[in-house]
Amino acid sequence: MSILTHYNYEIAIFLAMVGLYVVIAQGNLVKKVTGLTMFQTSVFILYISMGVVQGGSVPILDADTTRYSNPLPHVLILTAIVVGVATTAVALALILRIKEAYGTIEEDEIHEQDESF
Amino acid sequence: MLHHTVLRVIAKLLIPVIMLFALYVQFHGDYSPGGGFQAGVIFSAAIILYALLFGLDTTMDVIGPDVLQLLAAAGVLLYAGVGVAAMLLGGDFLDYNVLAHTPTEGQHLGIFLVELGVGITVASVMLLLYYAFVGREPGQ
Amino acid sequence: MIEVSVDLLLLGFMAVISLAIVRMNDLFAVAMLLSLFSLLSAGVFTIMDAADVAFTEAAVGAGISTILMLATLTRMDRRKKSHKTRGITLPLIVVSVTGTLLAFGTSDLPALGDPDAPIHRHVADRYIEQSGTEIGIPNVVTSVLASYRGYDTLGETTVIFTAGVGVLAMLGMRRRRKGSKKDPR
Repeated sequence: MSILTHYNYEIAIFLAMVGLYVVIAQGNLVKKVTGLTMFQTSVFILYISMGVVQGGSVPILDADTTRYSNPLPHVLILTAIVVGVATTAVALALILRIKEAYGTIEEDEIHEQDESF
Repeated sequence: MLHHTVLRVIAKLLIPVIMLFALYVQFHGDYSPGGGFQAGVIFSAAIILYALLFGLDTTMDVIGPDVLQLLAAAGVLLYAGVGVAAMLLGGDFLDYNVLAHTPTEGQHLGIFLVELGVGITVASVMLLLYYAFVGREPGQ
Repeated sequence: MIEVSVDLLLLGFMAVISLAIVRMNDLFAVAMLLSLFSLLSAGVFTIMDAADVAFTEAAVGAGISTILMLATLTRMDRRKKSHKTRGITLPLIVVSVTGTLLAFGTSDLPALGDPDAPIHRHVADRYIEQSGTEIGIPNVVTSVLASYRGYDTLGETTVIFTAGVGVLAMLGMRRRRKGSKKDPR
């Protein structure tokens, strides 16, 4: 378990855990969405780190280069980024409607109004 | 309003350049990093810049939400239509080899149309999201 | 060496920004810090030779996502969230346990940048070698995205369309009032 050969993964996991903490521990709905976005971005960093090839270049075919980095994680993360912004947009629209219905976006106050605890 | 004058003049110079860059990114996706998604987002960013400076109502006059809803559906239809056309021409679904007289030409044509569909859908949906969020009146 | 140090610098900045987002109370500042977070991650992607991904993350994460979040925040009355905080010990325990398990799980991964890793065999090799003759466009990511994995991209386009439909169903669309000239926001 050497830190020096896995440092990208460790930092990506740290960022993901900070995002997860924001989702779990903070009561404000907009901050929860922020934590979710941070989690997503750190997972992207994890995946792209797996596709790096030492001495490789951008995966655009060129007569001079022999080694390219792996294009498959790039394709997967491209899709994931766009799907992520789509879900963030829907989440923010939900928060707008919750604000209009309950008058607040703090989770505790919403639960009090609903008496759901 | 006087304090918007500088911004408006600069925006009027920049918005065509941004749109041109979006078209460049769209059609050069084969040779450099780019493609449909990035181009759609950059194009919608140009229109959003216009909406930020000149007001949402003026922008809705330029590009109405009805047109955008049509375009968003048309992009997905174009993508799926390329697949169905490939089936009608004898290949599998989304098999671009049968679209032209040589497989490589077919791939070029297929990728061009497909990225165009993606770019149209992404640009219109991003703009529709902006309209929906900013146009929401409190108490609606 | 330069790449490693730039990479570590950018990731270090991102870690500091993430901790600042946890502590901040002002929601507008949180939106701005999130935009900066996305932009720095685009820099990290560029250092790791992922040009398409960096382009998309910069445009989508630092552009559209920030605009939507700011548009939502203009409808919120307060800029600060309230000071009621729940206990922090249970979330910290959960997060530490999850983080330790993940770090333990990723310790078996091959070293960063190893060209002999299993991920670079089989499919990726075939795409890189054959895409020049089969498809004939230089950008391998576009050829994989639009041709080899074209079905997934069709699903992705449908997801974007569905998100637009969902937001319109929830928020509705403002009807243009004839003849009114509003001040720009």
